[in-house]
Amino acid sequence: MSLKSRKLPYSLAINEAIHQMMEMDKAVFLIGQGVKSPWYVGNTARGLMEKYGPQRVIDTPVSENAITGAAVGAAIVGMRPIVVHPRMDFMLYALDPIINEAANWHYMFGGKSSVPVVIWGIINRGGEQAAQHSQALHALFSHIPGLKVVMPSTPYDAKGLMISAIQDNNPVVYIDDRWLYTLEGEVPREAYSVPIGKGAIRREGRDVTLVAASYMVIESLKASEELKNDGVDVEVIDLRSVKPLDETLLFESVKKTGRLVVVDGGWKTCGIAAEVSARVSENIFEYLKAPVYRVTLPDVPAPASCVLEKEYYPDSKTIVNAVKGVLGG
Amino acid sequence: MGKYSKEFLKRLYKSMVRIRVCEESFVEPILRGEVQCPVHLYSGQEAIAAGVCSALTEQDYIFGSHRSHGHYLAKGGGMRELVAEIYCKEAGCSRGRGGSMHIIAPEIGMVGSAPIVAGTIPLALGAALASRIREEKRVTVSFFGDGATGEGVLYESLNFAALKKLPIIFACENNFYSTHMPIRECRPENNISKIAKPFCIQGYRVDGNDVLKVYETSKKGVEMCRRGRGPVFIELMTYRLRGHVGPDDNIQGSHTDIRSRKEIERWKKKDPLGRFEKYLIKNGVLTGKSIDTIKKEIESEVKDAHDFTRNSRYPGKEELTRYVFKE
Repeated sequence: MSLKSRKLPYSLAINEAIHQMMEMDKAVFLIGQGVKSPWYVGNTARGLMEKYGPQRVIDTPVSENAITGAAVGAAIVGMRPIVVHPRMDFMLYALDPIINEAANWHYMFGGKSSVPVVIWGIINRGGEQAAQHSQALHALFSHIPGLKVVMPSTPYDAKGLMISAIQDNNPVVYIDDRWLYTLEGEVPREAYSVPIGKGAIRREGRDVTLVAASYMVIESLKASEELKNDGVDVEVIDLRSVKPLDETLLFESVKKTGRLVVVDGGWKTCGIAAEVSARVSENIFEYLKAPVYRVTLPDVPAPASCVLEKEYYPDSKTIVNAVKGVLGG
Repeated sequence: MGKYSKEFLKRLYKSMVRIRVCEESFVEPILRGEVQCPVHLYSGQEAIAAGVCSALTEQDYIFGSHRSHGHYLAKGGGMRELVAEIYCKEAGCSRGRGGSMHIIAPEIGMVGSAPIVAGTIPLALGAALASRIREEKRVTVSFFGDGATGEGVLYESLNFAALKKLPIIFACENNFYSTHMPIRECRPENNISKIAKPFCIQGYRVDGNDVLKVYETSKKGVEMCRRGRGPVFIELMTYRLRGHVGPDDNIQGSHTDIRSRKEIERWKKKDPLGRFEKYLIKNGVLTGKSIDTIKKEIESEVKDAHDFTRNSRYPGKEELTRYVFKE
């Protein structure tokens, strides 16, 4: 860790990335609903309006389709916009500019034009907010050729991946989770990038590989501590990017442990856990000592009632049980 | 007439002829199955692309739709690259990855075209926003059809453009049909320009088959945008001489069964090209002979583009996965 680093919460790590990139590159601007309101974006936009003004920090009416399209259009003509969706459920209004336009643009024009845009969607679960205020839609975007999808789990990555997303010459969907906003960690003061498409080993172990992203890394690490007491040595891999997937890191770990539990904060069917599982089966099946287990949301919309929410969201206990299952216990 | 130079009028005329001859050159190849990708011909609407683009500079941006060969040519795009793209050859303006509906020439401000109805409207909005942030004098034109007025994103874009006073011209080419649907079955109000008013945008409604009227209105709109008095909405009334897609003219009683023969005949009389020719002859700008010379010149340019295309290669199979991402 850099000497110049200090502890920062996840949300302020994002904030620092945006400050530094706006300072370094005049083409960077922030646009979206609520960028001047902590109610919408927490303190991720703190101080930006004061420093860069309404020309480059643009709070907008509720018009996700046009505003996301505008960010995409500005990127096409040479800007590096960040368009924020304080609740990614509302980002569904913007599927046309994201999928039809941004994702396809470079390919359908034979590489003559590109779209360096960051599409930032915040997952906002729990609190009895129900089905339209709680969705984690990273699998949907990962399905689309031409999009990269990143999901940082630590303050260090929150900053480094935001910087990489802004510097990337392609559309990057940056997905964070409000449950992570107060998480503190070491963050270097200077600008740095975390490579897109590279995962990280958060805990080394020999018995089972746990693969997760975003908030589920936190639950996976908790689970690995509990399992340690039972004598199970778990390796925890943080994907950091769900597209492209870091196959090398994943395969090396599974080759070592022979057992895989994939933990995802999204739904089960056609989800990231299914994708990770399929890649392992296709490529290194012979190393598997047991079937792959998936820990995901059930294929059910998010409920409101806190009793149902507790049942709905997997936590460290769900993960512990899955690991025991894969060990045949 | 007095206010236009002969050179300007000739250029305008050539721009229209270039579009017409190019578009009509695809009819036979489509019928023979040589052109396979969907082609939406611009024949009949040439005065709009030519008139609007002649009010722009090379630095200004335009965005198009599914029917954008005309916009590309009028903005200054190359004939060979266009024809090759429609045949999906590697030498095409999108290297054969886009086809007729994805036409681009960033070097002359043709930023891109796409067939999702109204899909490029917010992109044009963003280009205008970029110009505002960079404090440029550049203007962006968003070309779309009457069908796009059924899409919500148009109204979101009008609102935001007006809110931020962006330098953008919303150019709605009203050809009275949204694919097979006549406008009366799509909208309770057939005067589209009225949609500008609730957003405090200046709206114009002009004869889109009169190239000089199109030019004059566009010029006024461009000047407003450059002076920070945008956005501007222009409805351009026109008619496509061909059908929605391909060479079919969508006559009632044919398999498409859409438009009455009478209606088509009525609009043929208002063909923008014929009208402008009459004007040019009447005002001594061109003669029957010089018109023939221009047409021959352009026919040979178009023939050259087809020959060039025939001799050029398709994208290599090994290149299927190239261009998904910019490296």
